[in-house]
Amino acid sequence: MSVRVGVVLFPGSNRDIDAVNALRIAGAEPEILWHESADLAGVAGILLPGGFAYGDYLRAGVIARFSPVMRAVADFAAAGGPVLGICNGFQVLAEARLVPGALLRNRGLRFVCREVRLLPEHMDTPFTRELDRRRPLRMPVAHGEGCYYADDATLDALERDGDVMWRYVNPDGSVAGPDDSGNPNGSLRGIAGVRNAAGNVAGLMPHPETAVEAILGSDDGLGIIRSLVVSAAEWASTGTITGTRPPTPARGAA
Amino acid sequence: MSEPVSAFRFAVNVTPKPGILDPQGRAVEKSLPHLGISGVSGVRVGRRVELTVAAADAAAARAVVDHLAGELLSNPLMELFEVEALA
Repeated sequence: MSVRVGVVLFPGSNRDIDAVNALRIAGAEPEILWHESADLAGVAGILLPGGFAYGDYLRAGVIARFSPVMRAVADFAAAGGPVLGICNGFQVLAEARLVPGALLRNRGLRFVCREVRLLPEHMDTPFTRELDRRRPLRMPVAHGEGCYYADDATLDALERDGDVMWRYVNPDGSVAGPDDSGNPNGSLRGIAGVRNAAGNVAGLMPHPETAVEAILGSDDGLGIIRSLVVSAAEWASTGTITGTRPPTPARGAA
Repeated sequence: MSEPVSAFRFAVNVTPKPGILDPQGRAVEKSLPHLGISGVSGVRVGRRVELTVAAADAAAARAVVDHLAGELLSNPLMELFEVEALA
């Protein structure tokens, strides 16, 4: 039996079908989870898809934070289960303080919809373990509030602890700083995605779930989705995930 | 018997923290020369939320507003808020 991975559906989610498709290609059995239900239906992993949950009112992701399903997701994350947030899903995780930092309005003010290159920092995490090798991955971004921000102390701690997951890179492979062409939104230190201190919750602005078939332009995202699926299967069978750590005291709460 | 409840009206002003890049403020500032206005700087764009709280007294109402302003209306990583009591 294939592993069941939940895709949370908020009012305003619009990448849920892409997420379901990607999970199927990655060998999982997707399960749609409705935002008003706190029942995760026994899934072994969670994917928070892109979109505009609750219309992005107030701030992207903040209303979703208080939905019944997110209380259940927070419990699932605290127990060590794998959670991946993509785009709006990353914004929800950040507002819920399940991953460090915040996503600000894009530096250029425009909604940006284009292909980017992002380089995984580590190959031994629950969300990168199935990537073939460390190389820039091509996939799209589509967001208006994707500028990753945290204070310097938090950024330093993320780098020290290995919790920066992916960075935007320029065509020459160098890390794309806030004003570089490879950086679509002004993210500090080129950060495209991060994870929590325990290592089992990660978010990123680019869309690996829409880069899972070569016919659509890139299948570079499939390794990330497959990593989530493999980690969910491991979690289901052993109750732990390779590459995660015991929870540490909250960081970057300033 | 329940305590008497009054209505208290507040405004919560949310602004980007100092030092946080505010591209909206920058865009507003850059547009001012087109209006023929010069000498304006430090434009920061925020949000104002007005609300009414039913509570036993002003202090209790204020506590409710402080709580929701910090938890929901602002993100402490990037924003500051000020609560203003309205008449």
